[in-house]
Amino acid sequence: MRNGAVTGWLLLLPAAALLVLFTHWPIVGSVWDSFYSTPKGSRPPVFIGLDNYQAMVADEVFWKSLWNNLWFALGTIPVSIALALAMALWVNSTMRGRTWLRMAFFTPTVLPMIAVANIWLFFYTPQYGLLEKLTTALGFGTHNWLGSESTALACVIVVAIWKEAGFFMIFYLAALQSIPPSLSEAAALEGASRGYYLRRIVLPLLMPTTLFILVNAVINAVRMVDHIIVMTKGGPNNATSLLLFHVYQVGFSFWDTGYAAALTVVLLVVLAVAALGQFVFLDKKVHYQ
Amino acid sequence: MKALQRAWRMIAAGFACFAASALAQTEISFYYPIAVGGPITKTIDQMAADFEKENPGIKVKPVYSGTYQETIVKALTAHKAGTPPTTAILLSTDMYTLIDEDAIVAFDDVARGADDKKWMESFYPAFMANSRTGGKTWGIPFQRSTIVLYWNKELFKEAGLDPNKAPATWAEMVSTAQKLTQRDASGNVTRWGVQIPSSGFPYWLFQGLTTPNGVELMNAAGNETYFDRKEVVEALQYWVDLGRKHRVMAPGVIEWGTTPKDFFERKTAMMWTTTGNLTNVKNNAKFDFGVAMLPASKRRGSPTGGGNFYVFKKATKAQQEAAVKFARWMTQPERAAQWGMDTGYVAVSPAAWETARMKEYVKGFPVASVARDQLQFSVAELSTHENQRVTKALNDGLQAALTGAKSPEQAMKDAQAEAARILKPYKK
Amino acid sequence: MSALYEPRGAWRTLETTAAWLLGAFWILPLVYAAWTAFHPSEYSARFDLFAPWTLENFNRAWEAAPFARYFLNSFLLVTMVLAGQLVLCTLAAYAFARFEFPGREVAFLLVLVQLMILPDVLIVENYRTLSKLGILDSIPAIGLPYIASAFGIFLLRQTFKTVPRELDEAARVEGAGWFTVLMRVYVPLAKPVYLAYGLVSVSYHWNNFLWPLIVTNSVHSRPVTVGLQVFSSGDQGIDWSIITAATLMSSAPLLIAFLLFQRQFVQSFMRAGIR
Repeated sequence: MRNGAVTGWLLLLPAAALLVLFTHWPIVGSVWDSFYSTPKGSRPPVFIGLDNYQAMVADEVFWKSLWNNLWFALGTIPVSIALALAMALWVNSTMRGRTWLRMAFFTPTVLPMIAVANIWLFFYTPQYGLLEKLTTALGFGTHNWLGSESTALACVIVVAIWKEAGFFMIFYLAALQSIPPSLSEAAALEGASRGYYLRRIVLPLLMPTTLFILVNAVINAVRMVDHIIVMTKGGPNNATSLLLFHVYQVGFSFWDTGYAAALTVVLLVVLAVAALGQFVFLDKKVHYQ
Repeated sequence: MKALQRAWRMIAAGFACFAASALAQTEISFYYPIAVGGPITKTIDQMAADFEKENPGIKVKPVYSGTYQETIVKALTAHKAGTPPTTAILLSTDMYTLIDEDAIVAFDDVARGADDKKWMESFYPAFMANSRTGGKTWGIPFQRSTIVLYWNKELFKEAGLDPNKAPATWAEMVSTAQKLTQRDASGNVTRWGVQIPSSGFPYWLFQGLTTPNGVELMNAAGNETYFDRKEVVEALQYWVDLGRKHRVMAPGVIEWGTTPKDFFERKTAMMWTTTGNLTNVKNNAKFDFGVAMLPASKRRGSPTGGGNFYVFKKATKAQQEAAVKFARWMTQPERAAQWGMDTGYVAVSPAAWETARMKEYVKGFPVASVARDQLQFSVAELSTHENQRVTKALNDGLQAALTGAKSPEQAMKDAQAEAARILKPYKK
Repeated sequence: MSALYEPRGAWRTLETTAAWLLGAFWILPLVYAAWTAFHPSEYSARFDLFAPWTLENFNRAWEAAPFARYFLNSFLLVTMVLAGQLVLCTLAAYAFARFEFPGREVAFLLVLVQLMILPDVLIVENYRTLSKLGILDSIPAIGLPYIASAFGIFLLRQTFKTVPRELDEAARVEGAGWFTVLMRVYVPLAKPVYLAYGLVSVSYHWNNFLWPLIVTNSVHSRPVTVGLQVFSSGDQGIDWSIITAATLMSSAPLLIAFLLFQRQFVQSFMRAGIR
């Protein structure tokens, strides 16, 4: 099929060209530019070796963003996955009002993150926001939710969970619906309890889905900063600054593109490690189903 | 590719020359941002049209370019691509950035006439502090603001205070705010005495505290900051104490955007915010309110803010001259007065306040003149080389102190160290 | 799950209650925002069940910013992106699924890279590229980095692979070229996948924010998400009623589509997720 080879490449060409231009080239470019200084005025960029990386080691905001991002990931991923599973089980049952529930859980997913952030900004407003009304009605004092370093990160984590859980629910729902009914019949014949059935049969069957969701959740934890821009701008005192937000700030408000490239490289490494982890983990776990 | 571009540019230049000689027309592009409500684009278009009528040789192309942040991004990107606007309204604090990028020319280099000099001297000196450096004038004040104190007269009366007298000193502000702060039976605050916002750009509000305390935050060359001076730390201590010691202001970071709403909702009895909010407050406060200068410590004082005219370097000589003419026309007393009344900004020259219409306006709405009266005590808004970075260092320090993560002293020491590190290359 | 393992008795009541509570909590912020948007602004700080209803906030938001233009921009954006994606991804997926060519495996791996490293992360370099191309601040600039979608290629390749070869060969025997075969055999069979992918893509790009925020500077190219942000971050502070109204307005097209076609939406998202 010699002719086929040419056609094949030709078919691939348009997509490949754009992919190279907007994915592969910028990956290489980030690494390349991270070794150069930022051009300014009439000064062209010059090779500065690892200077940008040294600046990064000394950059407190970078370290804070890195830790914040880690906490953000640890806060959003397990909770949203657990909630998504619960939601999927409920929506998939014969429970009363499940259509309504499915709508309630899934609606945040179709809203723009920026709209979600506005809605929650209002929700968190001190003194007359809905949250304040609830807490004061219950007899607690007022609290400056987004304005305190101790609560701001938790607040944006909640927003991310709210936005994501319904999305992940869908994947679980799809997986649950593809489990053949014969399995539960067999389990029932064996006299297995509900807990046993869920733990030993359903959960393992959902393992590939969980991994898929996990990968998505990791990507999202790196990618999602829209709500940071709207709700806190990384404040107070960088308490909610995430890595990509820091890149955005350095790149597009300080215009320090060389340093922003170095920060991007860190992001890429994080994603690469996640991808690698998934690869190794996938190989081990998925074989067993 | 390069050669082709050059050829095109030559052709274009040729056409431009031809057009210029044929019609003697100079076209200038004018980027402007909008930061206040109202039909501003229409007003600007009208002004440009009026200018063209009076100056038939010049065509003005106004381009609404979004917020200040977007406008500078757009102008700088265009500058790097070789096609900057002829003139633009940008933040006064962007001056050093624009100079460092080699993007603008000084007004004195374009307009050398004696009356040009006089024109540059016609503005309030407080506004010029942010428009000059190294003995040259780089910006011309256009839409400028300052911070003032708004207070709710009804709540003052309720608390047994004189509704027509705002606190004039720091000590008075604390005692007044204490009387105005309201708590319910279980001790939870239902209304705060005062609110000084601290999100987004806390450094600006902070200058409303450091200036009265008799200290400036940077030198005129924009390459040195004084964040760790004793008076600065004192000012921050006062700000922190309002929330943590006196408990008359919500502790933590207070959102700039929601502050006016809190004021309208009587959730705070006093607020500090820009004069640019005057029209907003006038329309939305359902109670009698007052506007006052910021309270004094060692003296009165407030920073200025807002935008200046800049002229770009890569424009042709003829365009630059036309742009200066346009800026001059736009800042004439009559027009400056009108602009101030339309937008709530402070009219930029004393002469503007002497116009008949402005006098009439002030008679009907006396609080409009508070900002002007404060100008004699005002200083330049914090602006240095690497402006965004340096202000972020200060902002982070301020928020760290306000949220209790650091002591004011530590926070300012760290901010100063960071700023000094950033500014090192500019100290020669 | 089969009826055999439904929760029972008291446990069932407990779970139902939990589910309902969670559902209520989930919808609460949205409902409250909607309530605020439909009431006069003095009620945004004081909930009152009997407050009068109004559309005034929507009116004022619509007047205060060029939302019509923003909607048009967003519409053009998602249309352009989707059209580009459908064409490019179909061709590439077809090549991967049914053609033998040297370097295919490597090329496919290189495509998969984009599944992990989305253009969202590469903002600094992509901005530079677009600035060199001289198309910053335009609708194509927002869309271009996303058009060659690895997800789309992957999804369609998997689908095309399930098409029986016999159908393909039968068509070829009748003398059809690759294009005819693609259009007559593969594309019709993949229709549900196209629908699924289309919905996912449209909602992604309608909602996308950071990248458009960076590349656009003017009303002429700004999509509705960025317009909303510019609108709500003025110097003069926030009027919640108008902000919530604008927020609902900008989410309305997707939200209404979702409420009307719930089942299709959910099924499409499900389909796009199955690999």
